[in-house]
Amino acid sequence: MGDKGTAREKALLLLVEALFYALALAGALAAGAAVMAAAGISPWSAYPVLWEGAAGSANSIKETLVKATPLLLTGLAYSFAYRCGLFNIGAEGQLYAGALAGTAAALLLPPLPGWLHLPLALLCGMAGGALWGGIAGALKAGRGASEIINTIMLNYVGLYVVSYMVTGPLRDAGGSLPQTAAIPLAAELPRLLGSRLHAGVFVALGAALIAYLLLHRSAWGYEIRSAGSNWRAAEVMGMPVRRNTVLVLMASGGFAGLAGWVEIAGVQHRLLQNFSPGFGYDGIAVALLGGAHPLGNILSALLFGGLRSGANAMQRATGASTSLVYVIQAVLIILLLCNRYWLAGVKRTIVARLVGQRSAEQSGHSGQSGQTGQSAAIDSKLGGEGA
Amino acid sequence: MSADVWINYAAAAIRLSAIVLLASLGVLFMARSGILNIGMEGMMLIGALAAVLGSAAGGSAWMGLAAGAAAGCLIGLLFAFLVVTTGADQVIIGTALNLLGLGVTTVFGRSLLGMGTEARQAVSLQPWPVPLLSDLPVVGPLLFQHNALTYLAFLLLPAVSLVLYRTNWGLSVRAVGEHPLAADTLGVRVHRIRYQCCAIGGVLAGLAGAALSIGILNQFTENMVAGRGFIALSAVIFGRWTPGGTAAGSLLFGAADALQLRFQTLGIEIPYQLLLLFPYVLTMLALSWFSGRTRAPAATAMPYKSAANRA
Repeated sequence: MGDKGTAREKALLLLVEALFYALALAGALAAGAAVMAAAGISPWSAYPVLWEGAAGSANSIKETLVKATPLLLTGLAYSFAYRCGLFNIGAEGQLYAGALAGTAAALLLPPLPGWLHLPLALLCGMAGGALWGGIAGALKAGRGASEIINTIMLNYVGLYVVSYMVTGPLRDAGGSLPQTAAIPLAAELPRLLGSRLHAGVFVALGAALIAYLLLHRSAWGYEIRSAGSNWRAAEVMGMPVRRNTVLVLMASGGFAGLAGWVEIAGVQHRLLQNFSPGFGYDGIAVALLGGAHPLGNILSALLFGGLRSGANAMQRATGASTSLVYVIQAVLIILLLCNRYWLAGVKRTIVARLVGQRSAEQSGHSGQSGQTGQSAAIDSKLGGEGA
Repeated sequence: MSADVWINYAAAAIRLSAIVLLASLGVLFMARSGILNIGMEGMMLIGALAAVLGSAAGGSAWMGLAAGAAAGCLIGLLFAFLVVTTGADQVIIGTALNLLGLGVTTVFGRSLLGMGTEARQAVSLQPWPVPLLSDLPVVGPLLFQHNALTYLAFLLLPAVSLVLYRTNWGLSVRAVGEHPLAADTLGVRVHRIRYQCCAIGGVLAGLAGAALSIGILNQFTENMVAGRGFIALSAVIFGRWTPGGTAAGSLLFGAADALQLRFQTLGIEIPYQLLLLFPYVLTMLALSWFSGRTRAPAATAMPYKSAANRA
């Protein structure tokens, strides 16, 4: 019964894992409620408003999708690098670099038909983010400089470069605000269903699919994941680990750059300072909840998108600051990490117990007397490990 | 340009450098024990808010300092629990602390202090001119008319140097940061040392936040740390993980910070964003330039399980 035991054990482990994820989410929402209560806002009145704003109507679902779009892309940015064992904490800066490059392309290219203008601006946005990620990658591969530190530093560089561009060279000559002129209609992502929802949601979904195919269905993806699980082994096998470091951080930055361009071309229609409420940092939470798997990111981006659009509704209705979302995200991240690093043993024990009980029942039915539940559990565990 | 303007500027540069220095000494302690603290920004925000609350509640700036330090210490211990005891990833936990600090301080800042002109006022930390010395021309206003935290930051510098390089405990800290297994073998309690360093780092972060909120601006505003936590991290890297270098980095970045706040009055014609991004670019250059010659403590960001727990 070794093989059956293994399959069941795997399924149970997955189930227990899902349960713990749900518990972490519940814990994070509870922490949010506690903070609200301490700040004098009733969570009983605020959370229903949040739910209403996230999924209560067709409109709020559209708004959730609008918010989930950049989150999915920055989540992919973090996941892609993470699977190669690299920490890209710089999605925020890459997002700004992508927004800048995409806006510049939209504004400075000569008038073009939409079918050409839009993809060109998209590529420029991606290239901007890829450049930002590539700098950190090149410094890591060439000089051994930590990509963690450099991506963080580049966050601020990106922010201030955008701030300089919109107050200086790219400033809208006609307006009084520090922002660029509106991008031409041909460079805007088309709106869907007569709402704020725009075609960027398909860009993000396409990016998730591409990330999945690259990571899990290509030879390059195999190299990336090998380097991620054992850098030295991958190098000894002759994989170009250094080159991949640069390429992966470029690809990762490209996803974040896309997020920036999508926000400009789909929502803002012009570049302005501080247009991102931390989408780059949120991407880390999205990736962690999504198990750093491109397709898992879709679900977690929807969740965090809902949290964001719901929090906006909550702020309008109850005055509870949208910053509450940061608290919920932070607690969720912390609980998920505790879950991964601390509770792994607990989960295995639970599964072993569950398997043990089932085995005991089975052996009782089939009449194999003399075998206690516990020894059956040990049996199946050994079988599982041997397989 | 009159000399007064420049003395004024230099004094402001020293005040702002002191904030970065306090924070970066905290980062340094943690870094030397092998802990990469990305969460300084959030820790400082919590310290800044706690200081305002403490000062407003207790009616004295010293209560504010105590509250800031205590809040910082608690958050430092939380960080230690997460990265030392559970062995969770330091980079991600640091990022989470930044989010937590931003979220908690924004929510509580609004509800507990009120907003705008109705905001509750805290008692701010007054400058304490050093008798006699503060009357000296030029040097007096430059160095001896600051508040207690500014003096403390610069007095802490030699103290930290002494502790890290001339005491057994400091040797243990550095050993834990370089080779925890070897330190453990020699009977150094790796986890305890790291907890202690996190607590110290937290206290210094809290004081740095307090220096900002009740030392300079006299109020709490949302996200008021505005990247100075990361600047502190930069100063440590720029200073190659030594107290002296860290202080040099803090002075340089504090000077840039003060310059961007006053560039108009000083009549400088460069975009202020250039000054703002200068510390970050310089850190990247330093990190790439130094690599190979000086590097981060070897055990940076690596969780350690003692031999006894490993089985």
